[in-house]
Amino acid sequence: MSLGLLFLTVLALAALAYAIGRRRAMATVGGDLRKLHSLPTFYGWITALWVLVPVFFVAILWLFGEGFVIHNSALTHIDPADVPADSSVNLMMADVTRLAEGLSVLAAKGSDVAALEQDIDGLKIALGEAGVAMGNDPTPSMIAAAEAVRGTAAWSRIGLTVVSLALALAGFVWGYRRISPEFRARNATERVSLGLLIVASLIAVLTTVGIVFSLLANTVHFFRIYPATTFFFSATWDPKFGGGSTLGILPLVWGTLYVSAISLVVAVPIGLFSAIYLAEYASRRVRGIVKPLIEVLAGIPTIVYGLFALITVGPLLRDWIAMPMGFGNSSSTVMTAGLVMGIMIIPFVSSLSDDIINAVPQSLRDGSLGLGATPSETIRQVVIPAALPGIVGAILLAASRAIGETMIVVLGAGAAAKLSLNPFEAMTTVTVKIVSQLTGDTEFASPETLVAFALGLTLFTFTLALNVVALVIVRKYREQYE
Amino acid sequence: MKDLRLERDVQTETNKIEARKVQVYYGTNHALKDVDVDILDKTVTAFIGPSGCGKSTFLRCLNRMNDTVASAKVQGAITLDGEDIYDARVDPVQLRAKIGMVFQKPNPFPKSIYDNVAYGPKIHGLTRTKAELDEVVEACLRKAALWNEVKDRLQSPGTGLSGGQQQRLCIARAIATSPEVLLMDEPCSALDPIATAQVEELIDELRSQFSVVIVTHSMQQAARVSQRTAFFHLGNLVEYGETGAIFTNPKDPRTESYITGRIG
Repeated sequence: MSLGLLFLTVLALAALAYAIGRRRAMATVGGDLRKLHSLPTFYGWITALWVLVPVFFVAILWLFGEGFVIHNSALTHIDPADVPADSSVNLMMADVTRLAEGLSVLAAKGSDVAALEQDIDGLKIALGEAGVAMGNDPTPSMIAAAEAVRGTAAWSRIGLTVVSLALALAGFVWGYRRISPEFRARNATERVSLGLLIVASLIAVLTTVGIVFSLLANTVHFFRIYPATTFFFSATWDPKFGGGSTLGILPLVWGTLYVSAISLVVAVPIGLFSAIYLAEYASRRVRGIVKPLIEVLAGIPTIVYGLFALITVGPLLRDWIAMPMGFGNSSSTVMTAGLVMGIMIIPFVSSLSDDIINAVPQSLRDGSLGLGATPSETIRQVVIPAALPGIVGAILLAASRAIGETMIVVLGAGAAAKLSLNPFEAMTTVTVKIVSQLTGDTEFASPETLVAFALGLTLFTFTLALNVVALVIVRKYREQYE
Repeated sequence: MKDLRLERDVQTETNKIEARKVQVYYGTNHALKDVDVDILDKTVTAFIGPSGCGKSTFLRCLNRMNDTVASAKVQGAITLDGEDIYDARVDPVQLRAKIGMVFQKPNPFPKSIYDNVAYGPKIHGLTRTKAELDEVVEACLRKAALWNEVKDRLQSPGTGLSGGQQQRLCIARAIATSPEVLLMDEPCSALDPIATAQVEELIDELRSQFSVVIVTHSMQQAARVSQRTAFFHLGNLVEYGETGAIFTNPKDPRTESYITGRIG
């Protein structure tokens, strides 16, 4: 049975269990609902869950295990001597998997697979006609391995079907027998939904942990083959394809901070002021029009901002400011990227600040106005201080957005790593270099590529520290004012 | 003798605020109809009445706080010392410095106790030196009967005080701008009986310096603290007069029903 069909069958069984569980609950009390602990639907739900949940977990474990088993069964057929010198077992296994898929396709079309396997040239043509592309020509050992893959997979699928259906049935019987007027079906269903909530939050946490570990492993590898002192303290970023590069992070960190700082200088006042206008002064109609328009800025893809920086802002700044004032003649500048990025993050500051300012209780405003303060004094001295923790949070969110931005920097500020104070010079950031190092042609195990992971981890640490600072600030003010 | 008495009568019976034919609309809802009230100087005036009767609305007309509600429209004449407060030449901001307000829920600013009280004097430039400001803050906290409780922690946040202390802090904050009239919108409704007693005592002391207008749900409170009482019902001013007379000998049957607990 295919996975989809199995899934539908189990689902149908669960639906059946729901109906039967419900009816059974009604029957135990002779139709008098008041004698039941919970509503009949809860008995239906819990019976259905007994069918679904065990099958779900077992199926997931089975599918994980299946991969390993199939891989190993195929490996036994591959002779290490067969592996080409310029390839690896893993690459060959990818071909085996494709071959197995191809054979299955051919078998489904009604071709005589056993005959084709004896005739390698015919097999190649047949595979080509079926639309299956192979990296290398199939060899007898690969065909054997592919057959092993197909066999194991078929058996595994049969096993999964049998086990799932048996488990579903067992769950149903178990759930059915537990139904009695005293059984607290409502509480039991709620425990299941609690479990669901916990799983959801665990997924988020585990993903973060997973990201850190995947970065960490490669970063450790990088520092084994490259001196950490050079990485952290060298002011030169000069990767060379042939090796012997100097990979100092300082120019990149400087570029990142410089661009982010400019963008915040643009975005924080504009965002905050527009938030104050919208929250405190604008009429309902103006607010209804302007707020969504500002939020549109957040929906523009960053590559579009990048184009705007490249073809409009960059040349404009060069022709009107940088050249006349003698700062330089490049249109790719830190200033360009910073300005455009600042516009991009305006909505992060304004939209969140607007919500936060709106959440400040009206009683505080009344209190201040009642003392003879003007609206502006009220905003400056009462509303903004009360909203400050949230506003700081909004700004830091915008800052981490700016630090992680790539596209605008590539197109606006260029890709030259430089340590300079002049905002009208091309510089680049950590994220841009991560992209260029990973997409280069160098070998994956070389420091020139692996440095991307060290850069990524540094960036991650950076934004993490920023978030921690934000939390500390928010907590400090909250203690003081609530 | 006769002249002397006459003079004293005139002093205590000066009208501080005169309201004539005041109408308030919230959108299309006619919330207050034809209200005529004279608020006397150095007197506590209580507004009583069931919920939604318009007493808070009228209170908010007296310092033009209704201006901050977009849908509110006020008609009629209200004068302070003979000057129309709704005249175009009157700056509502200046007016509110003269007519202070204390709200139903204690609403200390998210600032220190000191800064809460110093807020009004600072924005109005009432003091020239830090020492003067210190004096004002101390005097107001003393008047609000809060000084002894907070003198050692003036720099701690005002929001950290108890409910009763917060309300007295708000009163101290309101009197720090040296208002001529103090409006109080159910100032004790969020307080326990002990804090209420403290605030009521305070109101009685404040009477020596300015007139106090208090909106209250508690008829006992009105009887205890006020000299004049106005009874509002369904947006109308039903009866206004001497507190004792209102409570012992009401002229209108509606007033009688309300104070004996039959309506409201």
